[in-house]
Amino acid sequence: MAPDKSQQSDGYLYFPGCSLKATGIAYEESLLTLFRLLELPLKELTDWNCCGATTYMGSDQRQAFLLASRNLSLARQAGGASIVAPCNACYLTLRKTMDYAAKYPEVGREVHQYLDSVHLPTLDEPVTVRHPLEVLYTDVGLERLKAGVVRTWAGGPVACYYGCQAVRPYSDVDRDSNPMRMDEMLNAVGVKTVPYALKTKCCGASHTGTIREVGVRLSYILVREAARQGAKAIVTICPLCQFNLDLFQTDMRKTDPALQPVPVLYVTQVLAWMLGAAAKDLGVQRCVAGADAIRGWFSAEKGALSHV
Amino acid sequence: MSERNGSVRIGVYVCHCGFNIASVIDVEAVAQASLALPGVVVARDYKYMCSEPGQTLIENDIREHRLNRIVVAACSPLLHEETFRSAAARAGINRFRVQMVNVREHGAWVHEDSAAATEKANDLVRAAVARVHFHKELDPKRVPINSNVLVVGAGIAGIHAAITVANSGKRVYLVEREPTIGGNMAKYDKTFPTLDCAACILTPKMNAVRSHPNITMWTYSEVAEVEGYVGNYKVKVRRKPRYIKEDLCVGCLHCVDACVFKDPRFPDDFNMGMDKRKPIYLPFAQATPKVVVIDPEACIQLKTGKCKQACAAACERGGVSFDMTEEIKEIEVGSIIVATGFAPFDATQAPEYGYGVYPNVYTTMEIERLVNASGPTGGHVVMRDGTTPKSIGVIYCVGSRDERHNRWCSRVCCMTALKLSHLLKEHTNAEVYNFYIDMRAAGKGYEEFYQRILNERVHFIRGKVAEVCDWALDPSEEGKLVIRVEDTLTGFVRRVPVDMVVLAIGLEPRADAQEVRRIMNMSCSTEGFFLEKHPKLAPAPTYTDGVFIAGCCQGPKDIPDTVMQSGYAAAEAMALADIGYFEIEPNTASVIEEDCSGCRSCVDLCAYHAITFNEVKRKAEINPVLCKGCGVCVASCPSGSIRQDLFEDEEIFGEIEGILARV
Repeated sequence: MAPDKSQQSDGYLYFPGCSLKATGIAYEESLLTLFRLLELPLKELTDWNCCGATTYMGSDQRQAFLLASRNLSLARQAGGASIVAPCNACYLTLRKTMDYAAKYPEVGREVHQYLDSVHLPTLDEPVTVRHPLEVLYTDVGLERLKAGVVRTWAGGPVACYYGCQAVRPYSDVDRDSNPMRMDEMLNAVGVKTVPYALKTKCCGASHTGTIREVGVRLSYILVREAARQGAKAIVTICPLCQFNLDLFQTDMRKTDPALQPVPVLYVTQVLAWMLGAAAKDLGVQRCVAGADAIRGWFSAEKGALSHV
Repeated sequence: MSERNGSVRIGVYVCHCGFNIASVIDVEAVAQASLALPGVVVARDYKYMCSEPGQTLIENDIREHRLNRIVVAACSPLLHEETFRSAAARAGINRFRVQMVNVREHGAWVHEDSAAATEKANDLVRAAVARVHFHKELDPKRVPINSNVLVVGAGIAGIHAAITVANSGKRVYLVEREPTIGGNMAKYDKTFPTLDCAACILTPKMNAVRSHPNITMWTYSEVAEVEGYVGNYKVKVRRKPRYIKEDLCVGCLHCVDACVFKDPRFPDDFNMGMDKRKPIYLPFAQATPKVVVIDPEACIQLKTGKCKQACAAACERGGVSFDMTEEIKEIEVGSIIVATGFAPFDATQAPEYGYGVYPNVYTTMEIERLVNASGPTGGHVVMRDGTTPKSIGVIYCVGSRDERHNRWCSRVCCMTALKLSHLLKEHTNAEVYNFYIDMRAAGKGYEEFYQRILNERVHFIRGKVAEVCDWALDPSEEGKLVIRVEDTLTGFVRRVPVDMVVLAIGLEPRADAQEVRRIMNMSCSTEGFFLEKHPKLAPAPTYTDGVFIAGCCQGPKDIPDTVMQSGYAAAEAMALADIGYFEIEPNTASVIEEDCSGCRSCVDLCAYHAITFNEVKRKAEINPVLCKGCGVCVASCPSGSIRQDLFEDEEIFGEIEGILARV
């Protein structure tokens, strides 16, 4: 099936994945709000399924590839030459499937046999897998973000945390070492960022659900270092990162009672707020750590339309 | 076909090469079969055709049977073509009426089926016999050689080559880009494995260059253009203005003292930017020539024209000249030795090690200056934050053996790091941790040096460092640089907090290597180092006759290897100069003028710039000295007006007919 170019100019095909409909729903709310504000239509992929997930990739790679390939094929069927996956794990799984299917004939063969058997288009025409961070940086750009700012940031400097999967092993979203695009975009809308050496270190991933002390320990290192660098909040681009860093701060405090709550936000929440969105459309009330502080930052008086 | 060249009398000689050929190919049968071919008068097989008796056999046959063409079925012509051509010449046949058939590399060594291999040998011999019918009597061309030698780059490689050539009585032009000769070696503190001071062994050679009657030394100069060919290169050298009259300056430095900048404030390149200098400066105390230079980017007079010119006033000899301009020197040389050196790997390209982010991360090049008595701190190891390190981590293979950067081993970094570990320990008594992947101590006395350092209470941790960071996990790490590494000998991931980190950076081609390559008409290997003619047997000559390479521009190497290679390059240049002429294989192409339509399609195709277009005659012309006989122009000429000796149409068609004439 030939790619329908008009579909692309009309908007973006959006692959939510499981998190953005559940634990990470604040990410979806703020993402949709932000894209609406920027007049970038986001259209949810019809009949999508589990992305294949990084954990599944580790136990049954073939099944994971097939799951991911169905989503990619649906995108192709919908006429999309690209798909936007906001969750880092979805992004990586889809990206890896596309890459492996093209690079390794045995993977490509399995994927295509499977797609044929369910009467879906094969992946001979590639589907570009994109992350919103890269879409915002490339398609919107710093200038446009800067021009749209209507508020001042009340929350103090933040630490940008990119997570492990967005820039490795593929570095299309940003460079693999010390990525800066999120920092640049936040700086552009008037939010200061601190140097943060742990930007791409492991957040604990699903260990918080299996071997909790290992997972929490890793999250703790990230939260404490952000605070140590003077950050008042951590800004993320992945639902699992946000979940781990935010929800386990009570556990962290058991071993380090001195640890102060550090709010953990999505970049889409902060950007949309600075561009004038209403707090109720950003899901900020769903963030747990430092909830009072967050409420203050995202209140109409605090973020008063300063220079308009 | 045989009668075109008069009475053709061919001898065919099939070599056994011991068992090399004879164990697979029935050499006797091949010789026998060739007797039936037109023109073949005599055919023999022999155990070692290249041996003295083998050659004598051929020579005797030539005389006895009045042979005028020879076919030898043996090994690759690269090995013994010259042997058999000489034998033929001694017996009175033109050396180019010999044709070799490779039945070893192309036959016995690559086939297992004896019968088929023998049949193939028969085919090839038939082809050679048919071809040699048409071989003309040719004479190799001779080109006179100018005995002058140009040496480009005056680090240890260029210095050693220049002195060697000059000692043989030839005129040497030594061109160096920097204001002083000495190169990278001048920056080093001590040299491994003997720990003798680099300056002590280098400066006498720098002096020898300066005072040598046969060496013309041009510093602060670059080769702008090279034209011509082996033995006859015309070179333009651009002498940049140093705004100081070299013949007047005595290096008293009164001008430097007088400069309107009371304090040095511009980064001092010689000290890797860790110190400051004034706009007018001497690069270092033993700079050769001992002549100051003015930096046009920093000097107020040169930037704005509005300075009181205190330096000029302070010079009693009137040596300062602000209106000096670039000067072009034209010289003629017979050969060129390129010794342009390396560039140290840019450590900011490996951001995980924090160079440029954390002030106390250094490169090995910087440490060389930091431990040096004439360095920015007078040899005291004091870090950028003013403190003395109590613990130091040395990270090996930075930028080398890494798919993200350079795949090659830079060869010198292990030893450099060991040497600096020793010196840092000696200067600071700090705990020194070496993080290495493999210890490469291959060189005379190197392994012994490694063993010595192992016994100096220096720590060794085997593992590729993941990152250098400043995030502390516990109070002992606060304020330290933490080296994260998997210790592959114990199987643990470790965090080693240190005060100072030293990155053993690798060697890579200089940024302008491609530009130099173009000027010299050389090739580069894939990684960008200049390409030698043969990696083992001709590591200094290049594919351009009369252009030689020496030192790290050909690939990373230590000082002993550099000196050996530059001596070898010098010997090659001297051999050319001494014999006085260069003999060219007459397999070159030439234009049949009356047929040339002047379309110029051949001109750009020639990889050797051997073809020019004569605007008056409107015809292409081929310089036989530059022509390498590749045949591209011959094949591409739309009007068929280019021919090539030893590859005439009739010779090639003869060969094809021969190979297809299996009965």
